[in-house]
This record gives sequence, structure tokens and C-alpha cells, in this order.
Amino acid sequence: MSSEYEPKVLMFTCNWCSYAAADLAGTSRMKTPHNIRIVRVMCSGRVDPQFIMEAFAQGADGVIVSGCHPGDCHYMEGNYKALRRMLLLRKLLEQLGIEPERLRLEWISASEARKFVEITTDTVEKLRKLGPLKPRLDYVRKIMEEVVK
Amino acid sequence: MSPKVRVALYWLASCGGCEESQVDAISDKIDIISNLEIVFWPVAMDFKKEDVEKLPDESIDVAVINGGVRLKEHVEMVKLLRRKSKIVIAYGSCASWGGIPGLANLYDINEVLSRVYSEVPTLQEKGVMPRPKSVTNEGMEIELTEVLPMLLPLDAVIDVDYYIPGCPPTPETFLKALETLLSGNLPPRKSVIGASTRALCEECPLNKTKPDKVLIKEIRRIYNTKIDPSKCLLVQGIPCLGPVTRGGCNAKCPRVGSPCIGCYGPLDKHIDYGAKAISFIASILDLNDENEIKKALDNGIPDPAGLVHKFTLPASRLKVNLKRGEHK
Repeated sequence: MSSEYEPKVLMFTCNWCSYAAADLAGTSRMKTPHNIRIVRVMCSGRVDPQFIMEAFAQGADGVIVSGCHPGDCHYMEGNYKALRRMLLLRKLLEQLGIEPERLRLEWISASEARKFVEITTDTVEKLRKLGPLKPRLDYVRKIMEEVVK
Repeated sequence: MSPKVRVALYWLASCGGCEESQVDAISDKIDIISNLEIVFWPVAMDFKKEDVEKLPDESIDVAVINGGVRLKEHVEMVKLLRRKSKIVIAYGSCASWGGIPGLANLYDINEVLSRVYSEVPTLQEKGVMPRPKSVTNEGMEIELTEVLPMLLPLDAVIDVDYYIPGCPPTPETFLKALETLLSGNLPPRKSVIGASTRALCEECPLNKTKPDKVLIKEIRRIYNTKIDPSKCLLVQGIPCLGPVTRGGCNAKCPRVGSPCIGCYGPLDKHIDYGAKAISFIASILDLNDENEIKKALDNGIPDPAGLVHKFTLPASRLKVNLKRGEHK
């Protein structure tokens, strides 16, 4: 893989746990990869699979959905909903030619700044090995442009 | 008498079901037929491409096109029809989002061709592939149009003014759409006409048996489940797509105990029908243990794309299996 490739990662963090962890990592001056773009949502159960499809279609190389640990959800069971959605969505992504590892679901509590750093770093490393999605998207775009021409 | 409405009807990659529904809808409606002048309809009348080419631009009032764009010839024809028509309508699921033939986008075109021409059982000689150019016994050179690397919905190639959904659209849907068009009071461009703006559940007779919160422990499939046609199918564990599918068909399938498979497509706000369907199916599954969920999904949904994108894959956000072409 060329050295210029920097994976783009979109991360959805829940307001109550994972975003707080990201915040803590920041205020504790921990080093996180710059590849991560965070979108704060109220709950991991708020993450519609449509958002993830849109992210991949717009060029994200990986998506992380992160919520409170099972049993700790601020809204009782939003994170379980997220778990079921991601498991099913991964099966669909595989059929659509996107490695299931590109969609990651993690539980990070408000105090786990260390875990936040580890997971984001690890994700970026793994995506670097998987390579960019862009050539595959470009291939499809090219076909479509040729047809319309 | 007001001038007749000039109509062109054309088919692309389709099965003929859309034509059936059009004929069913208007064959006994003399008042509608007498208002129409058909200028092009290759499936039923002898028109040639030249006949359309000779028409002045924008001289056709409405072009109704069904089927997905699969061949180079289709691209040429729809561009021609777009130029000659004031209004272009995508008729049916294939023209609107790709439809069932759109599932071929999960495979590379070479895989599709070799499957069709050399693997499936046939009485004819196997392995004879279509060639772009060939010579007849009389020495005449003939050309065959090329197949595109992927199937495209109509609006990926030309501007589409209105959509009439369904596989096929029910005759009632087509009549309602015609009424809208002939009323002269046209809805905003790009809208879906003839169908409802609300989810199918709203018009389903089984809706009254659906509890406020549906929770199921297992996802079941119709081939090995005895369905009670008087009860909401979701409660029985069948992934009926009614909650995310546009209404307008009068719930033809659920009312006879068959789940909605989503042929009326997404509602206005959805950007990816399949992802939305996944969202709702996962919500009603009442399991919290990762392994149990995986087992339920593997047993109940062995082919997610075939369930949630049966009619919409080429119009989804990703459109194809992105890995095609890599393993040539």
C-alpha cells in the first residue's frame, strides 16, 4: 500500500459514555490518531444504518460506532439495538464488497480514555492494512459516468 | 374536443409484468384510452426507432418507461425518448431503483454471463456466448448491442420526472397516477405518483393485530413456517417489510398471509431502503446476547441483500458489490 494512504474513519460516539471518554482522552493529553472524525449522537441506538451506508458511499474507509457498555445504556437498551443492527449490517456490507471489519462496534465508558485511544489507533492500523475503499467506489463512478456521457 | 395526450411506452430490462398491469388498468377504461394517442409501444404495436427519431423534440407528452438500464441500446433509447418527451415516467420497481434484475449488481458481469450461458441447465448448446458482431449464413454482418457492466435505474441515465412504484404497479396505482397526470395539476417533479406517502402498515388489514411494540425471539422464513393469515406477520417472526415500504398497493401480499417484500420501495425520507429495513428488523429482534443474535440472523436472514434490497440495490448508496471486477 502506498505510504500516502491515510484511512478516513468516521466515529459515532454516544453522548453519555464514549464521547466523554474521547473528551477525557483529550483533556488528559493522550495521543489519538488524526484520522478519526467524531460525530456525537445521544445514543449508539440512534445510529441509523443509513448513516453508515452514507459514510462509506462518501468515502469513509472505516466506521466505528461506540456506546456504553451493555447494561449501562443511559436509555436502558439503545446499545443492544445498536449491537443487533451492526451485526446484521455487517452481513449486508460483506455482500456489497465492504469487509465487515471496516464497521466496528465498541463499548467505551466515560472513564475509559485509554480504551478510546487503543481502539482508534488499532482501527486505523487495521484499515491501513485493508487498503482504501476509494478505488472501488471510483470504479463504479466511472462506469456510471461513461453510461451517461 | 381537447387534443389527445401523446404517449410513448417503452421497456428496458424487464419481464413484461409492467405491460400486463398497464393493459389491465386501462383495457376497460374507454374514456381514458380515447384520450390517448400512442406514438410508440414496441411490445404491442409496430413502431421502429426511426419513427421516434422523426418526431420533433418534446412532441411526446408522456414517455412511460419500465425496466432497468442493462444494455447500451437501452441507454441510446432512453436518451432519445428523453429528448422527444415533455414528461418521462419511471414505471415499476426496475425503472425506479433497478428491481430484481438489479441484484445482478452483486456479481461481476462476466460471472453473470458465464452463469447464464454456460452453467445453468439448457437444452441448447452450452457455452455459446453472445458476440457483439457476427456474420449470418448469407454473409451479412450483424451487430448485437453490448451489455453494461452493471444494471442502472432509469434516473442514473436520464432525468426522470415522476416515479410509479411497484412490481408491477397495481392497476389501481397506474390509474391513480394517470388521473394525477391528466388532471393538469402536476405534483412537484421527482415525486412518486399513484401510491401513498405513508408506510404499507397503515393500509394493511392486519395492522390492528400488531401490538404497539413488536418483539420477536427468532426470525422465521416462509418456506418452513405455518402462517396465520389473520395475524400481523411481524408478530409471527416473519420479516415483513411493511413498516419501511411505501403503501399504495392496498397490502395485497400481507392480506393473504404473505410478507411484504418491498416492491413499492422506500418512503420519501429514506436514503437507503435496505439500511432502513435492517434498522427496523434489528429493532424488533428481542435478543441481547451477541451469539444468540448471530444465530438468529444466520438462521432467519441467510441473504440480507436479497431480503432488504430485493428491488432497490442499484439505487442504494453503494449500488453494487464493490469487490466485483477484482477477481477477474
